[in-house]
Amino acid sequence: MCAAMTMFDKIWDMHVVGEREDGEQLMYVDYNVVSEGPFYAFNGLRQEGRGVRYPDKTLAMADHYAPTTGRDRGIDSVADPEARVMIEQLAVNTAWAGITRHYGLTHPQQGIMHVVPAELGMPQPGMIITGADSHTSTNGAFGACGFGLGASQVKHVLATQTIWLRKPKPMRVWVDGTLGGGVSAKDVILAIIARIGVGGGVGFALEYAGSAIRGLSMEGRMTLCNMSIEAGARMGMVAPDGKTFEHLRGRELAPQADEWAQAEKFWRSLLTDEGAQFPREARLQGDAIEPMATWGTSLDEASPVGGRIPDPGSFADPGRRGRAEKALAYMGLTPGMPIADIQVDRVFIGSCTNARLEDLRAAAKVARGRKARVPAMVVPGSMTVKRHAEEEGLHEVFLRAGFEWRDPGCSMCVSANGDRLAPGERSASTSNRNFEGRQGRGSRTHIVSPAMAAAAAVSGRLADVRDFL
Amino acid sequence: MEPFVSLTAVVAPYYFADVDTDRIIPHRFLRKPLSAGYRNFLFHDERLDAEGRERPDFVLNRPPYRSARILVGGRNFGCGSAREGAVYALQDRGFRAVIAPSYADFFRENCMQNGVLPVVLDESIVAAIAGQIQASPGSTVAIDLPGQVVRAPDGIRHRFEIDPSRKEQLLRGLDDIGLTLQRTAAIGAFENAYYRRVPWLRPVALRQ
Repeated sequence: MCAAMTMFDKIWDMHVVGEREDGEQLMYVDYNVVSEGPFYAFNGLRQEGRGVRYPDKTLAMADHYAPTTGRDRGIDSVADPEARVMIEQLAVNTAWAGITRHYGLTHPQQGIMHVVPAELGMPQPGMIITGADSHTSTNGAFGACGFGLGASQVKHVLATQTIWLRKPKPMRVWVDGTLGGGVSAKDVILAIIARIGVGGGVGFALEYAGSAIRGLSMEGRMTLCNMSIEAGARMGMVAPDGKTFEHLRGRELAPQADEWAQAEKFWRSLLTDEGAQFPREARLQGDAIEPMATWGTSLDEASPVGGRIPDPGSFADPGRRGRAEKALAYMGLTPGMPIADIQVDRVFIGSCTNARLEDLRAAAKVARGRKARVPAMVVPGSMTVKRHAEEEGLHEVFLRAGFEWRDPGCSMCVSANGDRLAPGERSASTSNRNFEGRQGRGSRTHIVSPAMAAAAAVSGRLADVRDFL
Repeated sequence: MEPFVSLTAVVAPYYFADVDTDRIIPHRFLRKPLSAGYRNFLFHDERLDAEGRERPDFVLNRPPYRSARILVGGRNFGCGSAREGAVYALQDRGFRAVIAPSYADFFRENCMQNGVLPVVLDESIVAAIAGQIQASPGSTVAIDLPGQVVRAPDGIRHRFEIDPSRKEQLLRGLDDIGLTLQRTAAIGAFENAYYRRVPWLRPVALRQ
C-alpha cells in the first residue's frame, strides 16, 4: 500500500528522469514559456551548435517590451531602438528554433506570458511548466508545478526538455472561511506574504487549500499562485476541481473530446491524499483578511488598508528592522501614518498578476460613474482580455472615468517598455513588486488589488475600497 | 565556463536581508548585449547618481572595495526576479563568489551556471565576517572549494557545504547541458513511458 502523498509529490515524482548521487533530479518539462528576455539562451544554443528538442513545447510572447499605445503601427510603435531589437530578435530566434507558437507584437492573441497560456488551455493539472520568468508560478492555479528559470537553465530546457533541480518540500497554506466584500485574491496573497515573510517559502512548493481558496475563480487562483515567488516559494499550486476542468474544456491546447475522459481521470488522481504530511503548514482565516496595501519596498511590508505605517523599531528581527528603515526613507513615509492617508500620483492597473477580465471588472465597478483624480492607466493582460472587456463595455467605463485604456503588455509592472514613474512619483499598482526602482528609477510603489487601485485613482489616496462599493 | 578552485580576494560587504535582483541590476539594462559590459549596470541606481557619477559613499566605489572579488550578502540574497543578468553583472565586475546565510533559489542556480560560487555560512558567521570587513576595510577572505573552507579575515576557518556534483562542475567549469546530453537515452525511455500515460501531451515529433 502506498503512503499518502501530496499533489506536489505526485506531480514531481512522475517527472523524474534521473538522479544524481547527491539528490539533484533531472526533471521532465511539459511546457516552457519565453518572452523577449532570454535572448542569451538562444544565442548560446546557436553558438554551441544545439537545437531545440521539441519546438512545439515552447510558447513565446512579446510582452516585456511591448508598447501599450500606438500599436496599430505595429513594430513602428516601439520607439526605443533597443526595445525594438528585443521584440524583433524574439521573432528571429523562434523562427530559427522552429517555435511556431510565437505571439508577437501584432498577433491577435498577443499578451503577457503568464496570461496567454491559460487562454490557450496550456497549463493543465499534473504538468511541469518552466518559464524564463519568476512569475511562471501563475500556472500553478491549474494544479501544475510552474516555476521560473534563469536564461542558462532555459537554454537547458530548450535543448533537452529537462532541467536539473533539487526537489523542494511541500508546504500547505490554508485559507479557511470566506472572503469579505471588497477582498480579492490579491489581498489573500498579500496577507499570506505578510504572515510568512518574503523568505518564508524558500525551498518549498506551496499548495493553497481551504474553503476561501476553493471559492476563488480560476483567475483569482492565478493571481494567488502568481505571487508565490514573492513569499520566496518558486511554485505554488491549487488542486484542480470542476472550475479547472470547465476552464480547460474546448481550449486549443487542452485535451480534445476523444482524450478528455482519460485526461480528467488522470487529473483527479493528482489530488493530495488524505493524511499526506506537509513538513510545514500555515493557516489564515479568510474572513479576517482585509483589503491590503504595501508600504515598503519588500512584499511583506504590507498592512490592511485601515492600518498605520509601523515603527521599524518595533520589529524584533534586526534584519527586518534595518530593511524597513531603509524602505521608509526611500518611500518618504513616517511611522504612525495611516495607510489610507497616503496620497498617490499615478495608478497602474495591469500585469501578469492582475490584468485578467475579472480584475478589470472589479476595477470598473469602482470606477463606474466616478472620475479619476490622478492619472490612471488600464493595461489588459492580453488582446483576448481586451476584446472581451470591450465587448462588455468596460473600456467605456474606464474612459468616461478618465482612465487610459491601453494595449497589452507588462507595461508599468517592470517598466521595460518605457511606461514608468518619474523619480519620486508614487503609485498604487496592481503589479507584483514594490522594489526600489521597479517602476522606474526613484519610483515608489504601493501594491494593491484592482479594486483598491481604482479606489486610489478616484480618491487620489490609498482609500479603503469598501467605502466605494 | 571558467572553473572555480580557490580564491583569495578583497571582500565587499553588502550585508542586507532580502536583496532583490532588481537592485543588483535594474531591468532596463537587460536589453543590452553581454558585450556592453554588465559590470556597468551592477547596483546601477545605488552606485551612480542620476547624472551617472559614482556616489562616493556606495560600498563598491570606496577604494578598499573597488578590487573586491567576493561579496558578503544577507539572507535570501538575490530574491525576486529570476534574471540571470544579476549574476552576469557581478561576474563581469570580477566577483567570483558570494557569501551569505541563504539565497533565493534562482540566484543560487544562476550562479552555478556561470561559475560563481554561492557560499552558505551560518548567519552569525556571515555577520561576523561583515563586521570584520567594516572594522578593517580591504581585508581578504580565502575560499578553498576542494576543501570547502572559508578563511575569514580574522583567520578563523569555516567549513561550508555544497552538493558534490555542483562542486565538481564548478571545479571543472562544466555546464549542465553536456552532462544531460549523455543521458539522452534515458530521456527517450522516460518519454516512451510518460506519453503512454498522458498521450494528449505527446510532442508533434513523437506522433505517428
